[in-house]
Amino acid sequence: MSPNEPDPQNAPHPQDSSRHRLSPAHVLDLDPLLDDPKTRIVVCCGSGGVGKTTTAAALGLRAAERGRKVVVLTIDPARRLAQSMGIDSLDNVPRRVKGVDDSANGELHAMMLDMKRTFDEIVEAHADPERATAILNNPFYQSLSAGFAGTQEYMAMEKLGQLRSRDAWDLIVVDTPPSRSALDFLDAPKRLGSFLDGRLIRLLTAPAKLGGRAGMKFLNVGMSMMTGTLGKLLGGQLLKDVQTFVAAMDTTFGGFRTRADATYKLLQAPGTAFLVVAAPERDALREAAYFVERLAAEDMPLAGLVLNRVHGSGAAHLSAERALAAAENLEEPGIVDQGDGKTLLRNSPDTYDSSEPPASDEGSPAATDQDPTQQTRAQQSHQKQDQERSVEQLTAGMLRLHAERMRLLSREQRTRDRFTARHPEVAVAEVAALPGDVHDLTGLRDIGDRLAAKRPELPETEATEAGA
Amino acid sequence: MSRLQVVSGKGGTGKTTVAAALALSLATEGKRTLLVEVEGRQGIAQLFETEALPYEERKIAVAPGGGEVYALAIDPELALLDYLQMFYKLGGAGRALKKLGAIDFATTVAPGLRDVLLTGKACEAVRRKDKSGRFAYDYVVMDAPPTGRITRFLNVNDEVAGLAKIGPIHNQAQAVMRVLKSAETSVHLVALLEEMPVQETVDGISELRSASLPVGRIIVNMVRPEVLDAADLELVRTAPRTAVARSLSAAGLGGARRGGNAERLVDPLVTQAHEYAERHTLEHEQRAVLGELGLPLHELPLLAEGMDLAGLYELATELREQGMS
Repeated sequence: MSPNEPDPQNAPHPQDSSRHRLSPAHVLDLDPLLDDPKTRIVVCCGSGGVGKTTTAAALGLRAAERGRKVVVLTIDPARRLAQSMGIDSLDNVPRRVKGVDDSANGELHAMMLDMKRTFDEIVEAHADPERATAILNNPFYQSLSAGFAGTQEYMAMEKLGQLRSRDAWDLIVVDTPPSRSALDFLDAPKRLGSFLDGRLIRLLTAPAKLGGRAGMKFLNVGMSMMTGTLGKLLGGQLLKDVQTFVAAMDTTFGGFRTRADATYKLLQAPGTAFLVVAAPERDALREAAYFVERLAAEDMPLAGLVLNRVHGSGAAHLSAERALAAAENLEEPGIVDQGDGKTLLRNSPDTYDSSEPPASDEGSPAATDQDPTQQTRAQQSHQKQDQERSVEQLTAGMLRLHAERMRLLSREQRTRDRFTARHPEVAVAEVAALPGDVHDLTGLRDIGDRLAAKRPELPETEATEAGA
Repeated sequence: MSRLQVVSGKGGTGKTTVAAALALSLATEGKRTLLVEVEGRQGIAQLFETEALPYEERKIAVAPGGGEVYALAIDPELALLDYLQMFYKLGGAGRALKKLGAIDFATTVAPGLRDVLLTGKACEAVRRKDKSGRFAYDYVVMDAPPTGRITRFLNVNDEVAGLAKIGPIHNQAQAVMRVLKSAETSVHLVALLEEMPVQETVDGISELRSASLPVGRIIVNMVRPEVLDAADLELVRTAPRTAVARSLSAAGLGGARRGGNAERLVDPLVTQAHEYAERHTLEHEQRAVLGELGLPLHELPLLAEGMDLAGLYELATELREQGMS
């Protein structure tokens, strides 16, 4: 590369001019983000099944190996990934991950969120021992804290706040819960706030605080009717449980809200970067677009989109249609049985090239691997014919495989272009698909490399599109 | 055949698609099915290419043979008001509760109650009869929460019955559990032939079983067609590059000499074949893991052109042919 050449990242792709599509999105360059000491929190969000946890872990590992002191907070990692990071035991504290390259003086810690434990810790930290015991033994608390949907969001935010305030790490990478609406964690503090400010809590706490009849004086008739209704609905004992719970939690809740608000502000602050994770599939990208809009509405700083499992092909110039036509050529009976000498009969669009006699086996390096001296000419010719035939079948199969890959590629590209059209401002990092699952540090490192590879865009498929 | 068909699966496995295809396949010969959405994502509306569904049962498709599919997106807040009205005749009080924020509380801050309402509403639809005493729906198909939460979701009424030891909520919770734990219900799990979805399926089934919830079938979704067989995959490792190059050239893709158009295709095509082989092996292993569970297994093909309404009918036919409905 000559020194005068522009930054490869910004260099136009050689075939850009022939492309029939929207201008490519900005490329999300992750290394500067991870290296920047001002980046303190990276939040990975996205719908379920798009590789959020793996992305969070891979980013954490990469940042650590580039010299940062990182903690990764995961919500629900796959078992083998958790084992490989040594966080499969649930003790709700970060643990140092072994096997990380620390030559740049970085460290990787990881933890898996234990919701109930986090909730218990809050109660223990913010209520006096007697009250804490009462809360922990309350049956209503026990079901609430054991992990009903929704509690996860509060606890993830709480834990993030805790980790941040300990200030023991210079980068926190957070994986968000697989929520029904995946941004519930943003709503959590607000929802709690509106509940705490609501009249319901006053209604529930008033009788317990003021005690029996005396309290009733402060309630209007409507209110007392409501208590009756609630009692009828919930059953007397449950209402009492709820009331004692709410009363006992009152102080704890207050502190919780303050911290939840603080965490929310922390997320908006410079130093936080949101990454929306998606796969190049319609549903996942539709969710991603929603996330981008939602984050913007909440003033949350979006760094970009991580697009996982993007397929490519080394032979992207060969369109699906041509590959299929070629496969059919090979499978047509009467032609496949002919030896290579007859290939001239075939109708090839590239006749200028294929009219040359193909390289003979004798001259090719691969053929010299075989030892022909032990075989008779007849055997040789018979075997050769058989092999030619099955090789032709294999080749046809590989061409069909390629056609399938090219269709997938153009579908992925269309899906991504639709997202880009809606959000041209969002930088995108594409991660090439792996054939298998990731469950060790080597795999995570590989994902990290792919994440940072600044793959400018999906491989070329202009032949498919232009040819259509 | 259970009348309540619950479809769960890891996120991204396409459980909404499978639930919709199942609802279509069950609606044959004048049968009527209700497809219920509980996660508020409007996935059903997108799938059937209609506008967002309101909280109301409405017909969204006609199945081949004249059956009908109705859909309902359950809104927890409206479901609660509905309930209060239906069971406790609390119309006015319901509105007052709403003013107080009690409805918000019930449906968001105490999310367990949200699940109570969602499962309760689905069970109500299962049990509902018209004036002639015929069931309003022959089948109810629920697009349920993902595998990681499904047991807790279905079992929430047990917990509620334990919390509210007497009173209408207690009775209601028990009635719901009676439906969910009976042969009237079947919980199906959607998987992909990948390690994590399969592991989640295995874990999910053992959780469902230990909660005495009736496990139905496993539906493997998005199964890729077999393009190369075992003999091909063996040959990929041994075939001389030149022979492949000659075949490509014979197929009309340019010269087979080194540097020729056909010759340059060999490496990328062989790489793709190796990737295919690796995935093939993984899929084979995962299929074996699912096979060991001893449950009826169905496979749905990956639709090459992506998912659309026509594809949905295709999958429904596939399910019917495989005897799922």
